[in-house]
Amino acid sequence: MVAAVTQTPTMTGIRSRDGGNESPLTTVTDFGLARALEVASAVPDPEVPCVTVADLGILRSVARDEAGRIVARLTPTYSGCPAVIAIEMAVETALLDAGIEARIERVITPAWTTDWITPEGREKLRAYGIAPPAGSSGGRRAFFADDVIACPRCGSSDTAKVSEFGSTACKAHYRCKACAEPFDYFKCI
Amino acid sequence: MAGADTAVTAILEIADDGLILGHRLSEWCGHAPMLEEDLALANMGLDLLGQARALYAHAGEIEGKGRGEDDFAFLRRERDYVNCLLVERENRDFAHTMLRQLYFAAFMQPYWREIAATSSDETLKGIATKAEKEMAYHLRHAGEWVIRMGDGTQESAARMAEAVIELHRYTGELFAASPARTCAIAEGLLPDPEAVRREWDATIASVFTEARLETPEIHLMQKGGRDGKHGEHMGHLLAELQFMQRAYPGLEW
Repeated sequence: MVAAVTQTPTMTGIRSRDGGNESPLTTVTDFGLARALEVASAVPDPEVPCVTVADLGILRSVARDEAGRIVARLTPTYSGCPAVIAIEMAVETALLDAGIEARIERVITPAWTTDWITPEGREKLRAYGIAPPAGSSGGRRAFFADDVIACPRCGSSDTAKVSEFGSTACKAHYRCKACAEPFDYFKCI
Repeated sequence: MAGADTAVTAILEIADDGLILGHRLSEWCGHAPMLEEDLALANMGLDLLGQARALYAHAGEIEGKGRGEDDFAFLRRERDYVNCLLVERENRDFAHTMLRQLYFAAFMQPYWREIAATSSDETLKGIATKAEKEMAYHLRHAGEWVIRMGDGTQESAARMAEAVIELHRYTGELFAASPARTCAIAEGLLPDPEAVRREWDATIASVFTEARLETPEIHLMQKGGRDGKHGEHMGHLLAELQFMQRAYPGLEW
């Protein structure tokens, strides 16, 4: 698990961007930190339990502060995401259950983007019935112009947007015209 | 005024816009014309509240007097709120609500983008980067509805036209820099709202053309919100918004 997480470009990229004054994510000898990373990475998202906080890229880093205490840094997906506190508590609790007392820190810079969802995370979303974000976050669409979203169940591209705003802040609501199933689309931001 | 005071007030202006408009959108919960819109309006209200919370927390840190997000949101008096008048206008019908949303999002989306690009404050930049993406969704949603209703049935077109007459006079305040905002602009904390006026004009013009709506000529734009001078509806809004903290001081979820 540790190896899988540390190898993803997301985690590496973040460490270099905002983890400059922290200890490295893992060292060869720091088994406590490696264990903390493993535990924190495995915490499922409360609203989309098929993926973990590491899959979604909202676990930014697990490191030791100057006092040697474990710090798990998390970032919200949307400004008003009601799951933010639940996620922070879930990570804190999971670490406590593993005997690790950690400090949870909320980071907002750099802002989360769906580009940070790992390839494994995208596949898990699709298997769960949620179409993963299409394309990269920089794009802007004109009025009434919709991206082509493939149905996560049958794969057809013959789908229609029901609403830009779905069951949670991060999802839009779609319908597949081929298999007639409604589905959620994880919006690209 | 000292730098910290003006910075706090300037940030509160943007935070209050989000809080008050977010509250207005929440009033639609359970009343929207269809389920999808009920969800959409609640979602957008949450975005705005989330942006406001982050800004309140940041303003409290800059101020350094121990005030947090709840103090700013719930425990100020009406005259201490510095939101623009547009966001406190009543929901009226769906046409009014969508037009208000269009006016606001067409301003805030580029304004957040400018904050993210130019602010000297790293926290503001982080809040802005996320908020800009959210406002892009709000703008698309509102723009599409204004076009649908303006170029829709006789009834929807008449309601849209009435909403334009009613609300357009509140758009001037979006671009007027208060003394606090002027200081914040000079210090590089916030960009000048004027910087996005042409973009706002172009967005509104293109939506109105498709929606077959006329842009009214307003000779005297309404203002006062940034000075704490609010309309008659603001007190009623605050009565509901603040009720819990006034009735049960210090209550926490």
